Amino acid sequence: MSQVDTSHDAHHGDHDHHGPAPGLMRWITTTNHKDIGTLYLWFSLIMFFIGGGMALIIRAELWAPGIQIVDPMFFNSMTTMHALVMIFGVVMPAFVGLANWMIPMMLGAPDMALPRLNNWSFWIMPFAFTILLSTLFMDSGGPAGGWTMYPPLVLQMGDSFAFVVFAIHFMGISSVMGSINIVATIFNMRAPGMTLMQMPMFVWTWLITAFLLIATIPVFAGAVTMLLTDRFFETSFFSAAGGGDPVMYQHIFWFFGHPEVYILILPAFGIISHIIPTFSRKPLFGYDSMVYATASIAFLSFIVWAHHMFTTGMPLAAELFFMFSTMMISVPTGVKVFNWVSTMWRGSMTFETPMLFAIGFVVMFTIGGLSGLMLAITPADIQYHDTYFVVAHFHYVLVPGAIYSLMAACYFWIPKWTGNMYDEKLGKMHFWISTIFVNVLFFPMHFVGLAGMPRRIPDYSLQFADWNMIATIGAFGFGFSQLMFVYIIFKCIKGGEKATGEVWEGARGLEWTVASPAPYHTFEESPTITPNTVTR
Amino acid sequence: MSTATDGYYIPHEAKWPIVGSIGLFVTFMGLGSWLNGSGVGEITFYAGLAIMVFMLFGWFATVIKESQSGAYNGQVDTSFRMCMSWFIFSEVMFFGAFFGALFYARQFSGPWLGGEGAGGADVTNAVLWSGYNYVWPTDGPANVGGGFQPMGWFGLPLINTLLLLTSGFTCTVAHHAIKDGDQKKMVRWLGATVALGFIFVACQAFEYYEAYAHLGLKMSSGIYGSTFFMLTGFHGFHVCMGAVMLFVVMLRGMKGHFTAENHFAFEAAAWYWHFVDVVWLGLFVFVYLF
Ligand code: HEM
Ligand SMILES: [Cu+2]
Repeated sequence: MSQVDTSHDAHHGDHDHHGPAPGLMRWITTTNHKDIGTLYLWFSLIMFFIGGGMALIIRAELWAPGIQIVDPMFFNSMTTMHALVMIFGVVMPAFVGLANWMIPMMLGAPDMALPRLNNWSFWIMPFAFTILLSTLFMDSGGPAGGWTMYPPLVLQMGDSFAFVVFAIHFMGISSVMGSINIVATIFNMRAPGMTLMQMPMFVWTWLITAFLLIATIPVFAGAVTMLLTDRFFETSFFSAAGGGDPVMYQHIFWFFGHPEVYILILPAFGIISHIIPTFSRKPLFGYDSMVYATASIAFLSFIVWAHHMFTTGMPLAAELFFMFSTMMISVPTGVKVFNWVSTMWRGSMTFETPMLFAIGFVVMFTIGGLSGLMLAITPADIQYHDTYFVVAHFHYVLVPGAIYSLMAACYFWIPKWTGNMYDEKLGKMHFWISTIFVNVLFFPMHFVGLAGMPRRIPDYSLQFADWNMIATIGAFGFGFSQLMFVYIIFKCIKGGEKATGEVWEGARGLEWTVASPAPYHTFEESPTITPNTVTR
Repeated sequence: MSTATDGYYIPHEAKWPIVGSIGLFVTFMGLGSWLNGSGVGEITFYAGLAIMVFMLFGWFATVIKESQSGAYNGQVDTSFRMCMSWFIFSEVMFFGAFFGALFYARQFSGPWLGGEGAGGADVTNAVLWSGYNYVWPTDGPANVGGGFQPMGWFGLPLINTLLLLTSGFTCTVAHHAIKDGDQKKMVRWLGATVALGFIFVACQAFEYYEAYAHLGLKMSSGIYGSTFFMLTGFHGFHVCMGAVMLFVVMLRGMKGHFTAENHFAFEAAAWYWHFVDVVWLGLFVFVYLF
C-alpha cells in the first residue's frame, strides 16, 4: 500500500488480477467489495444467534405468569439488548453486506467507490459490539431501559450507561461511512451509459436508505450525546426542573427512530422487487412507480415520528397531524404491494425457496402494515400503546418482513456467491417450518396485546397465560429452525449442483452476466450500457 | 500496490482502517471508564487518541502519496468530492439535533412550563411550579445552577462573527489564488485564514472563562447553559478541526502539492470551513442575538 506505482500498466500487468492476500490478513486488510460483503454477512449471522438467544430467554421467562427464570432487571436488559443487537447488529449489517456484494455487480462497477473506507466501515462493527455486549458483564448489568433509552429512566442506569452511548456513536460512525460509500458508488461508479432509471430496484432502495441513514444517524448521535451530558456534565436538556423536557428526547429520538424503521425495510423492498419478477418470469410491474413510491416513503418517514408518542401529551393539533401523515405512508406502501402482486399476475411462476420467502414477505409484511395502520389512529393507539399489540406489529414487519427478505436474498444470490446451488428440498422445508412457527410466535401477541398485556414486563396476569405459552412454543420452534439455515449455507459452500452464470431462468441484470461463483474482481473493464441493455 | 481498472484506482491491503478501529475502541473504552471514575480510564483515553492521530497521519500520508504520484483520475476525484459533501451533510444534521433542542425548549417546553397552552400543559405549572414565569433565557423553574447572566451578543461574539466572516473571505481569496495556479499567494492567504481561526478559538476560550468566572453561566445553568455550551462547544471543536485541515493544506501548498486543476484537498477543507462559518451564523442569531 505504501508503494505507489503509477506505471503499473507497463510492468505490473499481473496485478490486474490481484488475488486476495493469504491467511487471516486477507480479511483484515481487504478492500474487495465481495470480501467485505461476506464479512458483513457472517457478522450479522453470528449476531442473529446472539440476539435470538436473548429472545429465547425473554420467551422462556414469559412461558408462564410469575417470575421463574431470570431476575426482572436482567429480563429488561434482555429486551433492550435483543432490540439493539437485532436492529444494529443483524438487519442493518446484513443489508450493507448485500449492498457490498451486489451493488457494484449490478452497476457494472469494479468495486465500491471508496474501498479503504469500506474496510473501516466493517471493521468498526466487531469492536462496537464488543463494547455493547461487554456491558452485560459489568457489575451494573447491561442497559435495561429499553432500546429507545428514554430519560429519566435511562439516566439511572449503572456504569454501563456511558459504554452504551459510545457503542452507539461507534456504530453510527460505521453506518454513516458505509452509507456515504454506497451513495458515492451509486452516483459515480455506474457503468458508462447507465441512467438512474436503468438501475435495479435494490440499488434504488439502497440509495434512498443511505440518504436516510446519513440524515438521521447524526441526529441520534446528538440525542445520546445530550443524554451523556445530562448524566455526567449537569446539563438539563431532558430535565424539566432546568427548563428542559424529557419528552424532547422522544422527539429527537423518533426523528431518527421512524426513518430508522424504514432503513430496516426499504432494502427489503428492493430485494423482493428482484425475486418476484425473476420467478414470475416477467419484468417488474410499474418500475417507475416503485421508484417514486420508495422516494415518497422516505420523504414521509421524516414527518411521522410522533406516532410513537401519542400518549405523551402533545397538543391536539400535533396528534392529528401525525395521525394523518402516518396514514399517508400506507399509500406508497400499498403501491408497492400492488406492484408485486401485479408482477405475479399471469406470470409463469415457479416456487423455489427465494420465491417462497418473497411471497411470505408480501403476505406477512402486509399484516404488519395493517396493524401499523391501526396503531396510527390516535384514539386507538392510546389503548394499544406499550402493549403486546405493538410488539406484534413491529415483529410482523421485521421478522417475516425484513428477516424474510434477508433469507430470500441469501437463497437467491448464494449460487452467485458460491457457484453451487443450495439444497432446494431443505430450503423449502426451512421456509415452511419457519413460516408456521413465526405465526405461532407472533400472531397470539395481537390477542394478548388487545386484551391489555403490557410490553417489557417479565410478569403478567393469569388471563394471558395460554397465548403466551403458545407464543413461547413458536419462539423455540422458530429459533431452532434457523439452525437449518446455517446447515443449508454450509452445505452449499461445501458443494452441490453447479450453478450456471445466469442461475435462474428468469434472472435479469448485470450481476447474472458474470460467472458463478463471481470472480474475485468483476467488471474490471466497464461494460457499455445502451438504453436496450437489460440491467434490471 | 494497485490495480488499474479502466483507470479507477483500487487500493489493496488497507492497513490503516484496523488501526483506526482499535484507536476508536481504546478511546471509547477509556472515556467510558474515565466518566465512571476509574483512574486508568483517563490514560487509556489519551492512548486511544494517540492511536487515532497516528492512524490519521498514516492514512492521509498514504492518500497524499498516491495522489501526488498521479494514481487518481477524475472519477476518483469525484468519489472524494461526493464523500466530503455527504460527510458535511451528516455534520449539518448533527448540529440540527442541538438546534432542534434549542428551538423546542424555547418554543414549546419553556412556555408550557410557564403555564401556557391548553390540554394539560398548564397542569405541570399549576401542580409543580406555580408561579414560574417563563422568559428566555432561563435556567428552569428550579433555577438549577444557581442563577446566571446570559451572554450578550455585542462584545466578543460580535468580534468572533467578524473574525469568522473575514476568514471566509481570506479562504476564498486563497481559492482564487490556487485556481490561478499561484501557490505562494494561496499559502499566504491560507495562513491568514488559519490564524483567524485560531484567534476565534482563543476568543471563545476567553468567553468561556468570562462565563464561568463572572456571569455564573455554566453548563449546569439550566437549559440555557446546556444549549449554549453544547452548541458553541461543538462548534468550537469543529473550528479547531477545520483550522487543522486548512493548516495541513497550507503545509502541502508550501511543498507545492497543488496545481490550478488539481487541489481537491484545498477545496474539501474550504467547504468544511464555510460549513463551520454558516453554523456560526446560525449560532450568532439564535444563541446570542435573539
Ligand atoms: C404501514 C406502515 C406503518 C405504520 C402505519 C406504522 C405505524 C406504527 C405506529 C403508530 C407505531 C407506534 C405504536 C405505539 O408505540 O403505540 C409503530 C411502532 C413500531 N413500528 Fe410501525 N408502522 C408501519 C410500518 C413499519 C415498518 C415497515 C417497520 C419496520 C420495518 C415498523 C417498525 C416499528 C417498530 C420497531 C415499532 C415499535 C418501536 C418501539 O416502540 O419500540 N413499522 N408503528
Ligand atoms: Cu414509526
